[in-house]
Amino acid sequence: MSTTQEKPMTLKSLSHKKDLLTGGHRMCSGCGAPIVLRQVLLAVENPVVLTNATGCLEVSTCLFPFTAWRVPWMHSAFENSAATASGIETMYRALRKKGKIKKEMNFIAIGGDGGTYDIGFQSLSGAMERGHKMLYICYDNGAYMNTGIQRSSATPFGADTTTCPAGDVVPGKPQRRKDLTRIMAAHNVAYAAQASPHNWKDLITKVKKALAADGPSYMGIIAPCNRGWRCQTNDAIQLSKLAVDACFWPLYEVEGGKWTINYDPKDKKRPIKDWLKPQGRFKHLFAPGNEWMLEKFQQGVDADWESLKKLQEAFGR
Amino acid sequence: MKQMNWKELPHAGTILDAGNAHTYKTGSWRSLKPRWIEENCIQCLFCWIYCPDSSVMVKDEKMTGFDYDHCKGCGVCAMECPGKKGAKAIVMEEEGK
Ligand SMILES: Cc1ncc(C[n+]2csc(CCOP(=O)(O)OP(=O)(O)O)c2C)c(N)n1
Ligand code: SF4
Ligand code: SF4
Repeated sequence: MSTTQEKPMTLKSLSHKKDLLTGGHRMCSGCGAPIVLRQVLLAVENPVVLTNATGCLEVSTCLFPFTAWRVPWMHSAFENSAATASGIETMYRALRKKGKIKKEMNFIAIGGDGGTYDIGFQSLSGAMERGHKMLYICYDNGAYMNTGIQRSSATPFGADTTTCPAGDVVPGKPQRRKDLTRIMAAHNVAYAAQASPHNWKDLITKVKKALAADGPSYMGIIAPCNRGWRCQTNDAIQLSKLAVDACFWPLYEVEGGKWTINYDPKDKKRPIKDWLKPQGRFKHLFAPGNEWMLEKFQQGVDADWESLKKLQEAFGR
Repeated sequence: MKQMNWKELPHAGTILDAGNAHTYKTGSWRSLKPRWIEENCIQCLFCWIYCPDSSVMVKDEKMTGFDYDHCKGCGVCAMECPGKKGAKAIVMEEEGK
């Protein structure tokens, strides 16, 4: 720990850092995921090793013989980003014990929501339970985007995807999404948090805390996808902010069992329809006869927000 | 880029030149092009932190322009630019105009 007072983090001070994700990657124009990852990498001070589950970010940042990563980065498969990182972290600890590596290092596993909530869930749960000192980051765009917008267990209720297409029989996804951040908190990890790229300061601060935590950590970060959300190429930041203001994606952290809501919009809380309306995947929710869906969506969001506030009341600082 | 044969390919498909995607130009994807209006710029650097393609150039804590070799013209920077007294410092214009 340094004894000198830390300088406040500003964009000006951050701008001295080299971009560790270069331009020239092939993510869609306006995609939220590379915005998220650029911010994550700005938080890293030590040498870092990344692992990446198969998905848009992995495929599009590493088209052989090109890589957009200026840091060691490894892809092995869709379901095992966490397992890969935990293996690398174990090897690092062994080499450190033998004195072959002297430096403090960080390990970050990355996955999309399909690679995290669904197919990579077992390896993620295992890595967190074993207690590897690593950070798992899920950039959550709410579907399997890279293979053409299939539903995942992170896809919000009502969303139109290619495997729950909105039509006469099915009105989009019939189920609610599962709350993975709380499930990770229930693993008693050292640090679990939700962040959004519109609030870069909160996001970067959280990555720093997660990397400094003495144990495994998990972060869920919302990452708009204009292809899958059927929105514009320029609104990734607007829609991530709206998701937070509507309490669909609350910013909170669980640090050593203590629950803290980092941002409460209070009387500025936006109705969920403000977030849904600009997204074509929810268009049918606004059709006559589907009012019940909007109501159901709002009730779900409100219930989750209220229960999160109760968790803070019960287990806050 | 020259095709490598199997003897030249690195073991396990490793890419040893970290960040070489920088040599791959994505600027041709653009149909809209951001234009910087320096007199409206307050140097908040929002464009820089929010660009998905690392295409806002900053030198000595100041925005200096765009990397058009990689900018895909998404318009996020223009959307987030507060500008001066409501006058944007980034506007999107049709490419090739
Ligand atoms: C075992 C396995 N099953 C299926 C696939 C095909 N696949 C590649 S990417 C992908 C979707 C990834 O979705 P997600 O994790 O949500 O990330 P996103 O593409 O949305 O960023 C799928 C199904 C695969 N690569 N491996
Ligand atoms: S499909 Fe979506 S998540 Fe994938 S690169 Fe395009 S915008 Fe990003
Ligand atoms: S238009 Fe998009 S890619 Fe180009 S500089 Fe602005 S934010 Fe970056």
